[in-house]
Amino acid sequence: MSAREILVAAIADQLEGARTIAVGASSPYPAAGAMLLRARHAARGLPGVRISVLGSREHSFFTNGAFELFDAAAQGRIDAFFLGGGEIDGEANVNLVGLGEYPRSTVRWPGSFGSAYLYYLVPRVILFREEHSPRALVRRVAFVSAPGVTQGVKRSGGPQALITSKALFTFDRARKRFALRSVHGGARAEDIRALTGFDYDAPDDPPATPSPDPETLALIRGRVTDELGETYPQFAAALAAERGG
Amino acid sequence: MDCLTTLEALVARIPDGASVVVPPDRSGVAIAATVALIAAGRRDLHLICAPVSGLQADLLIGAGRIATLETSAITLGEAGGAPRFIESVREGAFRLLDATCPAILAGLVAAQKGVPFLPIRGLIGSDLMKARPDWKIIDNPFAPGDPIVLVPAIRPDFALFHAPEADRFGNVRIGRQAELAAMAYAAKATLATVERIVETSLLANENESAGVLPALYVEAIALAPRGAWPLGLWGEYRADDAELLNYARAARSRDGFAAYLQSLKGRFEAAA
Repeated sequence: MSAREILVAAIADQLEGARTIAVGASSPYPAAGAMLLRARHAARGLPGVRISVLGSREHSFFTNGAFELFDAAAQGRIDAFFLGGGEIDGEANVNLVGLGEYPRSTVRWPGSFGSAYLYYLVPRVILFREEHSPRALVRRVAFVSAPGVTQGVKRSGGPQALITSKALFTFDRARKRFALRSVHGGARAEDIRALTGFDYDAPDDPPATPSPDPETLALIRGRVTDELGETYPQFAAALAAERGG
Repeated sequence: MDCLTTLEALVARIPDGASVVVPPDRSGVAIAATVALIAAGRRDLHLICAPVSGLQADLLIGAGRIATLETSAITLGEAGGAPRFIESVREGAFRLLDATCPAILAGLVAAQKGVPFLPIRGLIGSDLMKARPDWKIIDNPFAPGDPIVLVPAIRPDFALFHAPEADRFGNVRIGRQAELAAMAYAAKATLATVERIVETSLLANENESAGVLPALYVEAIALAPRGAWPLGLWGEYRADDAELLNYARAARSRDGFAAYLQSLKGRFEAAA
């Protein structure tokens, strides 16, 4: 199986238990993970999973346009959401804006989108950043689009986990700190340490991220790839092209 | 109907320095009108993205027509970053009002209701608060110890979007794109381009009238077949992904952008 398939399965595992999941802009992996959880629940006869993928017409249940995600989140109707960003730091702050002296950023990313709102309101926010490098996972972000933890502010949501191309971390909000939970595809603990710009807790010998079981793999290669094609045609094509590994 | 006009006459209503609110790429973006606006020489625009934009903002930025950009993000989606936006930010070519999506939507709703501001959750502790001194934190007057952000009303001069159809009475079909209604309610006047004009009132059928913006808000409508291309239009045609990649490549350089804009103008004129 491909590295992409392992990541999609890892995302779905982190979503387990969520009943209503929203996926934001430019998020092919999170969309795939949410679609996989829905497909797996359906295949196993488990309670249904509702998903709303921004930009999709077939996989969105919203009828109130751009408002509905934010309004539903503010009322606690959304269980899980995803954030990424150019930089993520050890306190789970995310930077979707850029590097260099703001506002004349020398490296400029699209912008904060809904992060400065949804990070506070969705109980389980999963951080996803495919690139696992010291420039992506930094000690301190250059611009805080949304803070991982806040004091003295009414807040019902925040970070649960961080998934990269190399590893899975969970986040402890009280301690403001990540812990390494598993590594993908044979990466070593010291490799992860060298590629991560922030400090985190880790066992001496972290387990491998589980490979998807045959049922999960079949769902990724079938229903999930088909469903992704509407919103993320290039990503769906890349998933299909890697099959058979 | 007296609001039906030509594309050129529609964009001529927008003066230099106007504030214009536009929708995200998936909601019906008036690309043909944007190209006509650039051709007409309009400049110093205050562009408000409700709540994000892509190709449309990048075209206006690349053509040097933006004085102020208010947005939560600018991206070409799967085609990548918006090249003219990225370079112009580095150059400080316009005043940038970085936001988060629900803050822009709340500003529009405040304008819709004729109130000066609206409170919203989140934001406290984000560096956006430093970038936006016009956003204020107050203590919830009904429950002390609960700081909350107020965003001021956003009242654009114009809302500009593209939709499948309008009737000859000035009603415009917007489907479930509620952000289009919010833009129209907040703006002083709405300008819409459409794929077609229909003879029967869009309000005639109770099952369909909920997705219709009434003529009350609409100042001008112009026919612009495939007017969202290369972006898609819901219920009508998909985005032209190959063309968006062509744009993303061409717009990496200033010269490449200028050549692309020229060819885009030519293609809309040829289709008209």
